[in-house]
Amino acid sequence: MTDFSSNIILVIAVTSIATYLSRSLGVLFSERIDENSKIFRLFDCIAYSTLAALISKVVVFPAGDLGEASNLIRLIVVFVCVGVFFIAKRNLVYPTVLSAILLTTLIKFV
Amino acid sequence: MIRSGFYLKGLLSVRSADSPAIALGCSFLAIGALLKNIGFNFQQSVSSTLFTYALPGQLVMAESFLVGASLVNIFIAVWLVNARLFPMAVSMFPLLKSKKQPKWKYYISCHFLAVSSWLIMKKDYRTIDESYRIDFWMGIGTATWSVAILSTILGYLISDYLSKDMMIGLAIVNPVYFFCMLLGSMKNIAIGTSVILGTILGPVFYLISPEWCILYGGVTAGIIAFFAGEIND
Repeated sequence: MTDFSSNIILVIAVTSIATYLSRSLGVLFSERIDENSKIFRLFDCIAYSTLAALISKVVVFPAGDLGEASNLIRLIVVFVCVGVFFIAKRNLVYPTVLSAILLTTLIKFV
Repeated sequence: MIRSGFYLKGLLSVRSADSPAIALGCSFLAIGALLKNIGFNFQQSVSSTLFTYALPGQLVMAESFLVGASLVNIFIAVWLVNARLFPMAVSMFPLLKSKKQPKWKYYISCHFLAVSSWLIMKKDYRTIDESYRIDFWMGIGTATWSVAILSTILGYLISDYLSKDMMIGLAIVNPVYFFCMLLGSMKNIAIGTSVILGTILGPVFYLISPEWCILYGGVTAGIIAFFAGEIND
């Protein structure tokens, strides 16, 4: 096995452990939590807000390929798709499909 | 062991037209192509999704690997970006608790915890008998995890045919889908405030600390939203 290959295996192992740690600690902590308690409601709020923070960070300060599109184009796509989501009575298919088509088109022609 | 009826019901919950399988599939297709492009072989690319199954963490891993970061740095960076899984687990597993069920099911199935499976579970748990929610959850998890693995395989195999524009187009599907799903779950003051404030504070805290912005923004927004909900009650 080459050094490069063994490095990748180590990187995958480290990434998997770091990810499982958050998941399993969450299960361990939740053993003592009642679903009607205030602490449960607090964690519910934090879970939703953390997800929202992650998604908006990905759109505003993206890593990877998404960074190739300008900030303005990304925001236009998100706003248009959110509008379509509500116009289409909260149907998730239309905005999801539209997002990829709209972004690809805007990058090509704007 | 596992009640097959509930497991199957969970497994089939991803086949609806507006299932997160579409967004999940597009994202992991892009990850499969990305991993191939940075030098991972087929087995390594599939193993990454098989054992990690967390898109932002895998992206951070790929970026860190490219710049030659140390294993400790990769561990910290991935842990930070995936720290959201902790509050997600704490806000979901109490709903699945049952004295009839063995603990191993909870510790094994927590690997399936991802935005897609979590949102499906939060939406549907009330329709499932309390004693068998964990079996239903294992079904959802198996389905979403399988979609991710198969999409990584497909992405790896077709990476040569995916243009840059197509990769960019695929990358927006995930945030748009899950943002719409989050907006759709704003059913009370606390959750509504959480989503709106989290959306604003995530990028704001990025300007202060790019590494910790998700955690700082999420926790701050969550605490404010919790008190807003308590005052309203």
